[in-house]
Amino acid sequence: MKRKIKETIIKNIFLFIALVSIVILALIVIFLFIEGIPVFKVVSIKDFIFGIEWYPTYDPPSFGIWSLIVGSFIVTLCASVIAIPLGVLSAVYIAEIAPPLIKEVFKPVVELLAGLPSVVLGFFGMAVMAPWLQATFDIPTGLNIVNASMLLALMAVPTIASISEDALYSVPQEFKEASYALGATRFETIARVIVPAALSGISTAVILGMARAIGETMVVLMVAGGAAAIPESIFDSVRPMPASIAAEMGEAPFRSDHYHALFATGIILFGLTLSFNLIADYVSHKFKEVGSATL
Amino acid sequence: MRRIMNIFLVAVICLATAGVGTARTGETIVIKGSTTVLPVAQGAAEAYMKLHPDINISISGGGSGNGIKALVDKSTDIATSSRFVKDKEIEMSTAKGVYPVPHRVAIDAIVPIVHSENPVGDLTIEQLSLIYQGKIRNWKEVGGQDLQIVVVSRDTSSGTYEVWEEKVLHKAKVFPRAQLQASNGAVIQAVSKNRYAIGYIGFGYLNKTVKALTVGGVEASVETALSGVYPVARPLFMFTNGWPTGTVSSFINFIVSREGQEIVTKEGFIPLF
Repeated sequence: MKRKIKETIIKNIFLFIALVSIVILALIVIFLFIEGIPVFKVVSIKDFIFGIEWYPTYDPPSFGIWSLIVGSFIVTLCASVIAIPLGVLSAVYIAEIAPPLIKEVFKPVVELLAGLPSVVLGFFGMAVMAPWLQATFDIPTGLNIVNASMLLALMAVPTIASISEDALYSVPQEFKEASYALGATRFETIARVIVPAALSGISTAVILGMARAIGETMVVLMVAGGAAAIPESIFDSVRPMPASIAAEMGEAPFRSDHYHALFATGIILFGLTLSFNLIADYVSHKFKEVGSATL
Repeated sequence: MRRIMNIFLVAVICLATAGVGTARTGETIVIKGSTTVLPVAQGAAEAYMKLHPDINISISGGGSGNGIKALVDKSTDIATSSRFVKDKEIEMSTAKGVYPVPHRVAIDAIVPIVHSENPVGDLTIEQLSLIYQGKIRNWKEVGGQDLQIVVVSRDTSSGTYEVWEEKVLHKAKVFPRAQLQASNGAVIQAVSKNRYAIGYIGFGYLNKTVKALTVGGVEASVETALSGVYPVARPLFMFTNGWPTGTVSSFINFIVSREGQEIVTKEGFIPLF
């Protein structure tokens, strides 16, 4: 009897702890909406999302974040183009090809990359990459989409690599053995058996990596250039949403329209990262590897 | 990995205890607000704490708006600001029973800057305005090389930008392709490495890595800013809740004293007298 009570108490403590984080998260989301929604009294949702003029401090102000949304998407897209091959291929190398000794070194180094403070990367982008890009391509500015994308890719690689690697590890050993037994080479086994079998995990990794890139603030604040205009080339400056929020929040008068507009931008950003995560979740469940029989 | 974690932990603990060790007891003044006023506040606070070792002054930046926000929330004693308090902010604060009182502590001149190899040395207010509106797009139109102009501006919500908007742009909009940087340091960084660029910064941030332009033939200096001849200058403020008393009042008196104003000069701003 006594033991049962103890069980119940412990169970409830765990339940409470689990609830605390969920409740805090829910409160943050509620706060985000409370602070963001009032802007739609001064601007319609359509004009807010698709308006191309972002002049929050003028009189009358214009709150159109389309160029910021485009900015966010374009840097994320370019970052993915760089990060996906890098991340997935390094995962394949670490999981399947590398000899144990090299694996021991590579794995922690890639993971260490995730611990690099973004402000350090941002400064590197500003002080080293920007002048280099400018001199090499003879372009007017080095603070542009390419620069931001390269740094964001560097931040997304560890996420993509470590999750893909887990997916590759969880491919059943029998698959590999069967493939070799049929006379397939190592390359054929990796390219036609292991990677396809781990594809759902790899897709999840890619989507989470992209979510990481779209939400990243410091790097885009420092190296994307901050021009709130729709870019015409990949060497143009852009102003992704997180950069705009971070740069302007400090100076926006408390509870002004500008302040609410920044929170509303936060809602859009939250919606985007949330949908990325939902897609990742869906993909990993839908195409889940449920044992050897499914292939 | 574990070893690294251990070393890291030890380092954190050392830092934490060191922090506790140096913490002063006694009265604390909290100062928050403009990053432009930050060096002045910091310099003055150091000198003041040397004179009054029992008083602890904690300073943080974050922007003029944040400083006034903190004053309204009563989470700071002094809000530093590179602009005057806005009507909306006065409404907010009086609603909460807070009455911001301005104290002028220094004058800041804003200086247009270009890359050190740029041959252009002087621009008029009109030319600067047209460049920032995107109507002049090439350096050769203002007597320079045949290069595109990369316009570097501050975020439209920064205090430095507001002065630029008022004194140079006369409320016209900066064209959207302008790069917006979040701090004076970032503007210098961007301009010093880019021969296409033009930017503007507080006089206190001017250094040898960039070339300062004269505005309509007037060089930014202590004399020209004080006399009002230099067209792009503004006063810097510290706001208190109501007329200051006690330690806060003594600190503000210190800043506007001769000794305090020497610190203002040393930090690269223009003293009041």
